[in-house]
Amino acid sequence: MGNVSENKEVMIQLSGVKKKYRLGQIGGGTLQADLQSWWARIHGKEDPNSKIGADQRSNGETFMALNGIDLTIYKGEAVGIIGSNGAGKSTLLKLLSRVTAPTEGEIDIYGRIASMLEVGTGFSPEMTGRENVYMNGTILGMTKAEIDAKMEDIIEFSEVREFIDTPVKRYSSGMYVKLAFSVATHLDSEIMIMDEVLAVGDMAFQKKCLDKMREAAKKEGRTVLYVSHNMNTIRQLCDRCIVLDKGKVIFEGDVEKGIVMYMNNSINLVTQKVYDNYERMRFIQRDDVRIISAEYIGKDNCIFENDENIKLRLKWKYNRNTENMSMRFVVESLDNSKVCASFCYHKFSGVENQVMEADFEYEINNLAPGNYQSFYVFFESNKLGASKELDWVPGLCFTLEKKEEGRLPWRTQAWGYYEMNPPKVVIR
Amino acid sequence: MNNEATVQKSTPYHIHISSNHKWFDLKLKEVFRYRDLIWLFTKRSFVVRYKQTILGPAWLFLNPFITSIIYTIVFGKVAGIGTEGIPKILFYMCSNAIWVYFSTCVTQNATTFTANANVFGKVYFPRLTTPISNVLSAIIQFGVQMSLVLAFLCFYLIKGEVHPNWWACLLMPIVLIHLGLLGLGVGIIVSSMTTKYRDLSILVGFGVQLWMYATPIVYPLSQLKEGPFRHLMLINPVTAPVEIFRYALLGQGTIDVPFTIVSWMITLLVTLFGIIIFNKVERTFMDTV
Repeated sequence: MGNVSENKEVMIQLSGVKKKYRLGQIGGGTLQADLQSWWARIHGKEDPNSKIGADQRSNGETFMALNGIDLTIYKGEAVGIIGSNGAGKSTLLKLLSRVTAPTEGEIDIYGRIASMLEVGTGFSPEMTGRENVYMNGTILGMTKAEIDAKMEDIIEFSEVREFIDTPVKRYSSGMYVKLAFSVATHLDSEIMIMDEVLAVGDMAFQKKCLDKMREAAKKEGRTVLYVSHNMNTIRQLCDRCIVLDKGKVIFEGDVEKGIVMYMNNSINLVTQKVYDNYERMRFIQRDDVRIISAEYIGKDNCIFENDENIKLRLKWKYNRNTENMSMRFVVESLDNSKVCASFCYHKFSGVENQVMEADFEYEINNLAPGNYQSFYVFFESNKLGASKELDWVPGLCFTLEKKEEGRLPWRTQAWGYYEMNPPKVVIR
Repeated sequence: MNNEATVQKSTPYHIHISSNHKWFDLKLKEVFRYRDLIWLFTKRSFVVRYKQTILGPAWLFLNPFITSIIYTIVFGKVAGIGTEGIPKILFYMCSNAIWVYFSTCVTQNATTFTANANVFGKVYFPRLTTPISNVLSAIIQFGVQMSLVLAFLCFYLIKGEVHPNWWACLLMPIVLIHLGLLGLGVGIIVSSMTTKYRDLSILVGFGVQLWMYATPIVYPLSQLKEGPFRHLMLINPVTAPVEIFRYALLGQGTIDVPFTIVSWMITLLVTLFGIIIFNKVERTFMDTV
């Protein structure tokens, strides 16, 4: 942060910000501990409830969601904040939006903040769209006169003019989001804070919102802070990127570098996984088949080189008699873009309580070099061609490296995830 | 950071957030800036409450009217508590109106944090706007109820059965502010204390009911003999404003100046203390609620 040029105005400054959360349920036991701590404090004794080595991130009862954040954000910047779940992104935004206060440290904000941790805060279903615009707008800090002046623009942007005097409980969820987002973007604020709100709404509206935010940053000189798991919107919108991990800033600077940093940081390098305690996603309604474990055969790392194939051993158990079951192997990039899939045409069948094990070998040499995550899906198909998922688990990650003479480093952004074989060239 | 030179010289919107809390910063200026929000919250509470009901705002009349009739039967007829010659229904309507006003202030504000957690957890605005708007909507509700009370009052005035002290009616706004502040103070203290431990919120409905019997609501203060219980009742800060209210409208009761002053002092202390702990709790209640 020392190499800052003089013409940049500081909008947000955080120094030594920490946020501590208490883990577990708050109940009678907490009151007892509170009283003990208080008693010890007034008698100048050591707090019996403070743990030894309390500077660790988690010490059983408390958890440091943010552990010493120093950041400076300048005027007109669009800053993306990325990090895996639990890295502290949302906590950071909550502190900046003043929803909760830091445990330690100082934050200075030089401007008004329009914070959208959620769309449509304060919307009440019984009131009409117009009434809710007033409600939402004033909650976000506008006065009634300011809203009056902007009402037309807000309605225009929201695309719900026809329904503006209808109670919002009759709105579709898309209309609801559009109206709410429209209010937020029309705030007179110097700083906009957004937590993945773009995930809702249709594609066209998402694009419109991104454009609006970019315009806010570039033309109007507003500052945008944006949290997302979607690397593509981060790339489109942001010109600086902050990577959080375990409550600390591990990177700040160039967006592409930040994304790479984040991905490398989130890759999990185990070569075997057990799914005993893995909670299945909602859409897996049946428990006919459960994958027990997965491992790479004969490997002690997840790095595959050149023409090496993935040799995967899966073990699963039938909870019911099953026939016609197939397996699908899905590859995704670390920013959750779908890359490719492979279908196994062998039909598995088994009887109740039978445990089965099988080895699968996948050729991956047409994938671009990089880091990937995978998913294993068991599904059942009937004669009509319909299929139904029986089990779905996130699989092992893998890294593909290609080391050939004269190879350029692969640029996924420009060239995609699939590498075609080199052409046959005939020179005439 | 060392590049202080780049920090903006002055912006009207500079906000400093620190882990150190300033206890006596009441942030009333900011609350004033959000006055439109207070008004909208107040409006919303009415709009939402009576949408999709057949009788709509008529409930505002029906509720206290039925309660007053029940009081008249139970306390007036069955228990035979005297009302100093004031027509019973009028006495109970008056008392009920002023008590409902106060108890609404307490109970509505007692759930400020828990009831608004979803909004408070997403966006910042001065939290004090919510309790203030609760008091405002209680005042409006009181006003509506009073129109019914006044109708009855006119009837008995013509019959010559009541003799209001008209000059004391000028004190009415002060009585309302007095009870509003007290209700706000008590309510937000309860709500601040319930973010962590919910026990108090269970107690509050019950407590308010007990409080009503400790206040001369269903009986006139004059029914009590001199004694420790009467003193206790006078120390109860709700007693003095209630007595002033009835003294003005019904010409019954007394204005006891020393106890009114004591009551005001208690009210101001409770309100100040309430706002202070409310502002303290506001900062981090989202973590424990």
